[in-house]
Amino acid sequence: MYTLKFDKSICASCETYDCLVKCRYLDLDLDAAKTEKWRLINGEDSIVLSNCVTCYACEEYCPYGNHPFYQIVDLQEEKNIYPAPQPITNQQIKSVSLVGKREREDLKDPVISLCVFPEAKKPIKGKFLNNPTSFMGRDYFCNLMYLHFGKSSVIKDRLPKVIEHIWDDKLSESESKQLICYHDECFGAFSSWAPAYGIDVPFKVIYFYEYLFKQLKKKAHHIKRINAKVAYQRPCSNRLCPEQEHWVDNIFELIGVERVKREFDREQALCCGSILRMQGRDDLAHELQKKNIDDMVASGAEWCIFNCPFCGYTLSELIKERNIKPIMMLDLCNLAWGDNEENREIV
Amino acid sequence: MMEKSYEALIEIVGPKYVSNQPEEVFFYSRDPGISEPHNPDFVVMPGTTQEVQEIVLLANREKIPIVPMGASLSLAGLCIPLRNGIVLDMKRMNRILEVNETSRYVLIEAGVSHGVLQSYLNKNYPRLMHSIPDAPPMNTIGGNMALFGSGHLSQETGFHTEMVQGLEVVLPTGEICYTGSCSVVPKWFARGPLPDLAGLFLGWLGTTGIITKLSIRLYPKPRKKDVLIFVTENPDFIPDIVYNITETKMAEDINIFAQPKPDWAEGFQQTAIYITGNSEEEMSFKRGLIRRSLHKYIHNKKGGFMFVLPMMKPGMMESPIRELSRFADVEKGGGFEYIGVIIAIEDFPQLYRDAVEIAAKYRPKWSIMCRVIGRGHSIMFSYAWPFNRANPEDMEKARKALFESNASGLRNGGVIWKPDIEGQSMMMKMMDPNTVHLLQKIRKTLDPNDIMNPGNWEIS
Repeated sequence: MYTLKFDKSICASCETYDCLVKCRYLDLDLDAAKTEKWRLINGEDSIVLSNCVTCYACEEYCPYGNHPFYQIVDLQEEKNIYPAPQPITNQQIKSVSLVGKREREDLKDPVISLCVFPEAKKPIKGKFLNNPTSFMGRDYFCNLMYLHFGKSSVIKDRLPKVIEHIWDDKLSESESKQLICYHDECFGAFSSWAPAYGIDVPFKVIYFYEYLFKQLKKKAHHIKRINAKVAYQRPCSNRLCPEQEHWVDNIFELIGVERVKREFDREQALCCGSILRMQGRDDLAHELQKKNIDDMVASGAEWCIFNCPFCGYTLSELIKERNIKPIMMLDLCNLAWGDNEENREIV
Repeated sequence: MMEKSYEALIEIVGPKYVSNQPEEVFFYSRDPGISEPHNPDFVVMPGTTQEVQEIVLLANREKIPIVPMGASLSLAGLCIPLRNGIVLDMKRMNRILEVNETSRYVLIEAGVSHGVLQSYLNKNYPRLMHSIPDAPPMNTIGGNMALFGSGHLSQETGFHTEMVQGLEVVLPTGEICYTGSCSVVPKWFARGPLPDLAGLFLGWLGTTGIITKLSIRLYPKPRKKDVLIFVTENPDFIPDIVYNITETKMAEDINIFAQPKPDWAEGFQQTAIYITGNSEEEMSFKRGLIRRSLHKYIHNKKGGFMFVLPMMKPGMMESPIRELSRFADVEKGGGFEYIGVIIAIEDFPQLYRDAVEIAAKYRPKWSIMCRVIGRGHSIMFSYAWPFNRANPEDMEKARKALFESNASGLRNGGVIWKPDIEGQSMMMKMMDPNTVHLLQKIRKTLDPNDIMNPGNWEIS
């Protein structure tokens, strides 16, 4: 079975304990963080295991890339301290299990995985996108979402098979052997989680926004500047690949939108609340959503841009009520290109 | 004599609305359930109460059985003419006669369908609604009352029969009779305070008279609606969950469903809690109270709220839910049994276990759909068994599933809802003998010639 490449000595020699001190939800000072971290290092029970909201952020906060969050999830499972009620966890595990509906295709580059989001099928046909080929479905789904449920074992079981499916069915015959991941979660699974557990990924993964940016840039003269102030809802799984976050700014600059300066953006981004609700932490979800949206309003955002459809599902209605328009990044780019509303995703 | 009766019926309703032709007789001889077909001699569609009266007088003279029929959607064979005679199709009597917006009731003819009334209210009285059963919209309100139906407001306000304020009935001997306030004053606003004669007709499956007009309650229609789904893996929790939710008085409707497909549904009980309100503030308050009422399950990790995708919500919040009608033909054979038992809430776990066992034996595709009635006084526990009518083996399995479902319901302290003939017989065997006697006495008194839907509620 795959095991996490977690180096205890790195954590043991850490002086900042950023993984816990910076956590927005645990409220630990340096001393308390040190105590709890040592418990985790020793594989002991800790309040971190029961109180972690699974926002993924400590993966970003760790200056050494030592995977503090993956270790927390492993320990949660080892000690049966699950973040969500058992029926919800079990239901989620069943909902996207592998189904054996594989389809072998000779896909032409560029190849995009749409994860399990059929609503992206239309907008991905946007004219500026160079006619990409795409696929989706449960047999190609990365399964990284089980980090939210303390279920590393499900990922360990399924992800290697999914990688094999993608390679055999979609990429092995392609020219570039590259996969563009529509969802941050897939990109994080292949670029962060799989290497952390020693799972080989035979293809190269490209961050979706990098692809969007480069396609727009190729025909920059065609772009209609949007001239809007926008808030960006950074998804949790972007914490697994923070080095890719700059593409958001690159795109915004290119299409003429202003990413408003606000408290809860970038490293301080707040969880959308969907996972918290599934975990039964409703009061916290409500509090975060209110803070987040108040912050968007106070900063003068007219639109809120999403990459993760789940963030969109969760926040769209709430932000509409505050007169902020929800829109997916892909749609925003389609608009900048002048595509009509036919290609809009549903948020 | 048949020819004479046919001519007499034409005389009453006109030639367009009487038939004894085989192609029509065929359709009126059966329903989508597993009951054996029986041909009527005549199919008649009256247009007025007076025509109904004349038909009943004729039937008395000629001793012809009459089976009143709405849309024939009981699925339990309740409109199949067991002793032939006349099937009285009430669908022409479909006029909406009065809406009293202030006192919130509607006076309609019995053949008005739920779909027509819903759409009429949406168009003309958008602040009012009535309770809608989870049946195709063509099902008639009169028929639904005759079989003691329930619907999307039954959680808050009880069975549909409790929403009836007044009836116009043609008695089996031909008299036109009224119950409720309309029998005293020309207003249909209340069922009492009078001896409750409506009970002589509601739930009797058309054996004591023909409902021709009725007044039913309307309710304020909130502008907003949402659904929360609470998921558990242990049916033993359901009675307490229902108790806790109903204690908040915040839910418009509470349904519990279980099914083997899609994958994420198998093995779970899903309690759908519908909330309504006129502002987001009100909705949020209600959501909060309901969530808090189930906190102990979340805290113990034994139950939790599912994340309902926005694209799933519109379908789930429809009244009626059209997906249920699609499910009815999932076997692509036109056969569907949708039967139920009214149970005390504490009896849910055993019925659930029995139902899953019965399904495993006989039905690969199944669904259990339950509705809490009257803020936690009972549950309408229904089984949906779709089957392929063209496959005799499958029909036989469906028949066994039906029999065992009825038996399980009774064994576990329930009362069969809209029972087929066999279910009626099973219940009457268990019924207090004096009650059986009273039933028969009432029938004999009202229907001395035994013409009204004979075979039903009858000691064989």
